[in-house]
Amino acid sequence: MQFQQHVLSNGLRIIAETTPSVHSVAAGFFVRTGSRDETSEVSGVSHFLEHMAFKGDDKLSADDVNRIFDELGAKYNASTSEEVTMYYAAVLPEYLDAAMSLLSSLMCPSLRQDDFDMEKNVILEEIGMYEDQPSFTCYDMVMATYFAGHPLGQSILGTNESITALTADQMRAYHKARYHTGNITLAVTGNCRFEDIVSIAERHCLKIPNGVGARPLPDVQSKPATKMLQKEGSVQQHIMQMGAGPKSCSELRYAAELLSVVVGDDSGSRLFWELVDPGLAEAADLGYNEYDGAGTWMSYLSCQPEEVQSNLELFQRVLDDVNSNGITAEELEQARNKVASRIVLRGERPMGRLSSLGSNWVYRQQYRSIADDLKTVRSVTQQDIRELLEQFPLRMTSTVGVGPIAEI
Amino acid sequence: MTQSIESFRLPNGLTVLVEKMPDVQSAAMTLLVPAGCVQDLPGKCGTGSILTEMLPRGASGYSAREYCSRLDNLGLQRNVSIGTSHITFTGATTADRLNESIQEFARMILAPHLADEEFEPARDLVEQSLTAMEDEPRQRLGKALRQHSFAAPWGNSAEGELNDLPNITIADVRRHFHELICPNESILGIAGNVDSEQVREIVSNVFETWTPKSAPPIRSGERLDPMFHMHHESAQTHIGLSWESVPYHHPLYYDAWAAVSLLSGGMSSRLFTEVREKRGLCYAISASLNTLRDEGRVFAYAGTTNERAQETLDVTVAEIRRLHEGITDDELQRCKARAKSALIMQQESTTSRASSMARDVYHLGRVVTLDEIHSKIDGLTTDSVRNFIVSHAPRSMVLVTIGPQSPDSSCVTALGQ
Repeated sequence: MQFQQHVLSNGLRIIAETTPSVHSVAAGFFVRTGSRDETSEVSGVSHFLEHMAFKGDDKLSADDVNRIFDELGAKYNASTSEEVTMYYAAVLPEYLDAAMSLLSSLMCPSLRQDDFDMEKNVILEEIGMYEDQPSFTCYDMVMATYFAGHPLGQSILGTNESITALTADQMRAYHKARYHTGNITLAVTGNCRFEDIVSIAERHCLKIPNGVGARPLPDVQSKPATKMLQKEGSVQQHIMQMGAGPKSCSELRYAAELLSVVVGDDSGSRLFWELVDPGLAEAADLGYNEYDGAGTWMSYLSCQPEEVQSNLELFQRVLDDVNSNGITAEELEQARNKVASRIVLRGERPMGRLSSLGSNWVYRQQYRSIADDLKTVRSVTQQDIRELLEQFPLRMTSTVGVGPIAEI
Repeated sequence: MTQSIESFRLPNGLTVLVEKMPDVQSAAMTLLVPAGCVQDLPGKCGTGSILTEMLPRGASGYSAREYCSRLDNLGLQRNVSIGTSHITFTGATTADRLNESIQEFARMILAPHLADEEFEPARDLVEQSLTAMEDEPRQRLGKALRQHSFAAPWGNSAEGELNDLPNITIADVRRHFHELICPNESILGIAGNVDSEQVREIVSNVFETWTPKSAPPIRSGERLDPMFHMHHESAQTHIGLSWESVPYHHPLYYDAWAAVSLLSGGMSSRLFTEVREKRGLCYAISASLNTLRDEGRVFAYAGTTNERAQETLDVTVAEIRRLHEGITDDELQRCKARAKSALIMQQESTTSRASSMARDVYHLGRVVTLDEIHSKIDGLTTDSVRNFIVSHAPRSMVLVTIGPQSPDSSCVTALGQ
């Protein structure tokens, strides 16, 4: 694996990790924009725009885009988070040029009115689909509650009302403000030569306008809060809690990842043994999420309503014990082994490496090889975990619930 | 696509496939054991599901926690799950730890404790996951569509039935283990950067003591009503359709695959284009070929807000009905390109190679090489695919819906006649 980078004349940065021994190549545009960059009038525009990107540019129609991706046998898709919109395709090496031609068209879509009107229906359907999945509703609520008043609390999908009211002109203005080389990085992984990537990008990507990325990073001032959404006729209770964790630029993030595995991995963790193994809860997890200028601990409990109170007490006891006593050397070693294996397995395929390569750049302007990550994971000590817990104890300040219970 | 695949059979009947993949760092294994939910006794649907919860809870004298740590320290990512025909054990780790991983993994197959005190927690967990499913209309739909598409027990829910759980005892779970977890008819696929000779030696030693048994025969029951609606106050109406196709071992399987691929194989496929792109009726729409050993069916899904459910159903069924019309070379070429590219990318994934090999042997009795699949796909023509669609036009169509209102099913019944 070899890392190289280059900046085109329009300011577009290209980063690549090439590996001749694999069979495919993956390319992705990482756009530093998401729901946190929206105003409330255009809530959901980043995600809606991600859909509209596939509707073609001045040369291609929506049908052309779908057809050509399929002709290339590409595995392709896009995703939108609070902070990053990502467009990617994995293809056989001989199709990289054609795939890049198409992917680059997604950065400069025409945003035609009739396509916009039609796709609005699809977005409203997507909102309906997630509404029927209580754990997604719960996630939206915990983000809105913990980050109340902070841009990270803004919903990715938006609401029926905000999407219905959104106009194509508002989307065009948002696109113009956010889709320029100050916010866009092209990442490529897999079987290709760096010189070829650069010359392909020269051909297809110079149309992306130059720009300077900017995003306000206000401090999070979260106030303790509890919100419950009672769903008539539902049977399972979902509870999510959130508290402060290290920011994405923090060196503590590896320790945070390992601690979340010890405490809240979906098997073999403290919460697993306390709640899931005895059959008290269907799920009891703790995760660490990193953001630009923020970070969170997020916990999830899914169980029958009559068990919620006692389960939450057990849950709290696990967190309190870790806050007071830390974790054992054996637990840390086991977490290192689990995480190391995940890094290797995920990194084996170009698609798996792409998101890690792109995210590291978007969040930290840093390249990290698999070997770098393994070395860092291996070097986390119990002392690091203690320091982490001193700065960021597992203390949940927001609690939300979706299910039969009205109050806790 | 050069592949280095070896297969052998242990004296106890266990079939083993090993694919050496020199360019990867990992190794993966898939073990199919014919102890799926079709073997749950009538009225005790969920027995196998409880067994899969209990198997990792302590083995060979190690407590559940000790055993879990041993597996975690090997970095072994694993899963034990139950399906219609099999209980499937999968594992993946770095290739240098494969030998130890096989030894450790085998403990829960050869010597699980199945202790009395683990039974209640395991049953509670199965109950919790079935309860959670009650709130998720799309999941309920998937379960019901299967039940109405295949005759019992082939359409049974692998996860179990809430009503049956109280009838299941630890003795039932142990019976499921002792009668069904056996090597004859079981298939182990291993793929990765491995030494085939070494794997053969380890596997032979580890599984030597596993004793063969003869599994009880399965009696097929009646099929349920092909039209079924479940009332649910959901945001969307979820629509499930299924119709008969051919199973994996059928000589026309690749034509059947291409037919489904034209319908739903990519974003330029017919359902995506007509239902989502042109009409904006839904976000999720898909169809796929689902194959048991002796029966294949296409399952289709669409989720749409309630007021648009009728139009979504009508347009979807109309597309299925006119699938044989106007198939172009370009359209078929796109399906072929996607398939060929996926085949090559499969060589980057030890997990998918291990499971594909095991699946091949279950359905066909042998491993199919990627080259062979490639040439089958190359051999498809618009004529062959059209002929297949015409000669296998949907009969016995099943329609299951969940939502606040039942759509009018006349477009489906008209098709079935």
